[in-house]
Amino acid sequence: MEFFRIHKDIPFMKHALVFNVISLITFLLAVFFLATKGLHFSVEFTGGTLMEVSYSEPPALEKLRDALAKEGYQDAQVQNFGSSRDVLIRLPNRDGVETGKVSEKVIASLGAIEGPKPELRRVEFVGPQVGKELASDGAMALLLVIGGIVVYLAMRFEWRFAVSAIIANLHDVIIILGFFALFQWEFSLPVLAATLAVLGYSVNESVVVFDRVRETFKKKRGLTTPQVLDHAITSTISRTIITHGSTQIMVLSMLVFGGETLFYFSLALTIGICFGIYSSVLVASPLVMWLGVSREQFMQPKKEKQEAVV
Amino acid sequence: MNRYPLWKNLLIGLVLLWGLIYTLPNFYGEVPAVQVSSGKATLKLDTAATLKRVEESLAAAGLQHDGLFADLNSVRIRFHDTDTQLKAKDAVEKAFNPDASDPSYVVALNLLSASPQWLTSIHALPMYLGLDLRGGVHFLLQVDMKGAVTKRLDATTGDLRTLLRDKNVRHIGITREGQTVVVRFRDTENQSRAKAVITANTNDLQLVEGQDGADFKLTATLTPLAQKTIQEFAIKQNISTLHNRINELGVAEPVIQQQGLDRIVVQLPGVQDVAKAKDILGRTATLEIRMVDDTPGALEAAMTGSVPPGTELYNERGGRPLLVKKQVVLTGERLTDAQPGFDGQTHEPAVHLTLDAAGARIFKDVTRENVNKRMAILLIEKGKGEVVTAPVIRGEIGGGRVQISGRMSSEEATDTALLLRAGSLAAPMEIIEERTIGPSLGADNISKGFHSTLWGFIAIAVFMCIYYMLFGFVSVIALASNLLLLVALLSLLQATLTLPGIAAIALTLGMAIDANVLINERIREELRNGSSPQAAIHAGYDRAFDTILDSNVTTLIAGIALLIFGSGPVRGFAVVHCLGIMTSMFSAILVSRGLVNLIYGKKRKLEKLAIGQVWKPGV
Repeated sequence: MEFFRIHKDIPFMKHALVFNVISLITFLLAVFFLATKGLHFSVEFTGGTLMEVSYSEPPALEKLRDALAKEGYQDAQVQNFGSSRDVLIRLPNRDGVETGKVSEKVIASLGAIEGPKPELRRVEFVGPQVGKELASDGAMALLLVIGGIVVYLAMRFEWRFAVSAIIANLHDVIIILGFFALFQWEFSLPVLAATLAVLGYSVNESVVVFDRVRETFKKKRGLTTPQVLDHAITSTISRTIITHGSTQIMVLSMLVFGGETLFYFSLALTIGICFGIYSSVLVASPLVMWLGVSREQFMQPKKEKQEAVV
Repeated sequence: MNRYPLWKNLLIGLVLLWGLIYTLPNFYGEVPAVQVSSGKATLKLDTAATLKRVEESLAAAGLQHDGLFADLNSVRIRFHDTDTQLKAKDAVEKAFNPDASDPSYVVALNLLSASPQWLTSIHALPMYLGLDLRGGVHFLLQVDMKGAVTKRLDATTGDLRTLLRDKNVRHIGITREGQTVVVRFRDTENQSRAKAVITANTNDLQLVEGQDGADFKLTATLTPLAQKTIQEFAIKQNISTLHNRINELGVAEPVIQQQGLDRIVVQLPGVQDVAKAKDILGRTATLEIRMVDDTPGALEAAMTGSVPPGTELYNERGGRPLLVKKQVVLTGERLTDAQPGFDGQTHEPAVHLTLDAAGARIFKDVTRENVNKRMAILLIEKGKGEVVTAPVIRGEIGGGRVQISGRMSSEEATDTALLLRAGSLAAPMEIIEERTIGPSLGADNISKGFHSTLWGFIAIAVFMCIYYMLFGFVSVIALASNLLLLVALLSLLQATLTLPGIAAIALTLGMAIDANVLINERIREELRNGSSPQAAIHAGYDRAFDTILDSNVTTLIAGIALLIFGSGPVRGFAVVHCLGIMTSMFSAILVSRGLVNLIYGKKRKLEKLAIGQVWKPGV
């Protein structure tokens, strides 16, 4: 079986401008949503208490809210989660209250309601100190990834490749974040991990294409730079689609079977993989072209051997 | 040319065999067990004797066990079923804790790996599951380091007062102001004398001279080195205090670790009662110094049941009875430090105590009035007292520095010092993160993670086999060996596996197939360009290698960044992700090549490769 039967190199570079404009628009949209709506951070970042309670039969959420309001938690968010028998309760941190005791009070007041008794499935309490650190650690991790990848690619290839690969893939990260802002999906620590993993992963894509570009430059003379890029992309496209397809199969499996905890994690990966294909091939390559890559950069000057004089 | 030398094939075989052995324990599951460990800080578990006692008590109850295991601090007994486990727990509990209201041992239910002995003896253990998979409580505690320093400065204030009085230096007040101690004088002469005296007596303080209106003053701050020592000491002491308290909960495998400079992680697997756990973490054991009642005949009378009024009967550490007065001379709050050491003259092991100013004054008075009598130091835990030591007072002790020595090994001195410190926390702590996961949620998470990986793997395997035929099959075998090695590595390192960790396993498998796709596509391309099958295999693997290396390094960079800066769930993900990248390099390149070599390497005249249809343009 062979899916891809391509007679001639596909002239991707002819449409380079179109691709870049599309990217720019998506990117700006993502930034717009991030700026206007902001991310819906999970309790790990904001601090607060999150409780997952399960009942033997569906409880009336109104009653739960009333009971909590009576205890002084008017700002508690009570919602169903997964099924109508599972309830998720979020409580923000408040100054001056002994935050560590919140979960016990809540479970006590829920237990006092008539009807089915709650079973505590999960409590997560995060103090205000931790959240700030997480945000700065996340930023540091992102910087380290960017720096590391740029340095490595610049060493292995050329700075032009390094710069365009990282720009293309950062634009993926922003777009993932944009999606999370637009739909107000919960941005948790696993999602952050997924985002950074995607960054490393989709740089792969650019690497594979660049590898071909380098090889083509060395082997085939008489091709213009856009032609070389077209050839490189065309000859790797089958691999690109199959690899991403395989990874996506795995991610899809997590999306379906992984439950609530892995849902947003795999969702971030899905968006990352889809945009990763697009950006690392169709954004990074035009960028390399605009940055002015040429054959000469790969023709290594013959090293003159120097004899050591002792 | 497509043949590996023998050593290479052997190496691949050995690595896979190793992977298989270390993965094995994960398949055996767990069996019920009972764990016995020391329940008191004063009691060290003698494993050999405990093993014997356990065996005797089980034999007496007529219960069969499946094996006894001992490690440094606990003894574990495996059982065939939970029924026997519960009966055995009762039997062991009865044998070890005859007085149920004052248990000296913790007898807890636990689960142990059912893997055979020979696997355990080569450290092949099942993967260590995180709390989100097995259920339990996780706390992150922040130690208030400023509090520790303030506490020390308060003590320093008293020390300086005593010191200056002893040396006849006149001052008009010593106060702690924020993180400094200020001493005021009327004239410069006293100021400079004080400075000389203080510098001669301590290295911990930095002194700055200054003027305050008409008065002269010395401002003392702790040197950075002294602050560091205080902070390190504070966190160590808090951890050992927490250990003592958590013992009481009867948790089978508690984790108490320092995280960063000023944080402590406490993980209690299997504990569901958060309220009790918090209560115990927050409790302080107290230390009391009281006088021993030496009235002749009083002890004998107390032994027969008539305890004289105003006294209490206690047992010394050696087991000898001791009659102690109820009146408390000093409490642990007055104790600022306890360190093991040696007597200055006799070089016997000793414990050095440091009292604060008020404590020192009381202690001086009491010792002056009670020369040649005994005083008892008691540790009050859970409302019950225990005599840690009961030394004889040799003479008046002033200055707040007390030494307990005589008939003590240096190990005992260390233990006593720890016990005396264990009573209190060196610095206040606050819970800044709490996670509770119910046991049903833990089991759910395991099955969710497992199913995601399983179905994803099957789907990829089916696709690869259809699309690349034999080469697809080889890729799937390589992928499976990747999974095998990854699980073996995780088991060997005993890295904590969490749900994000399982997700990382799945994701790593999904990404690892990339290397094989690259190779297979490359081989097809070589065939398309007219290479002979053997040359195509060779060129395919060779050319793909560079690309595979580059792409794995970039992925690894991201993984390492997550490992460095991640905490909690992110770190669990990153560890598995990084390990997975390494194992995938090995399996995708060496294992798959080795297999292809075995299949095709010996065929000289190879016409066709089973790599699926190779379409050629224009044909």
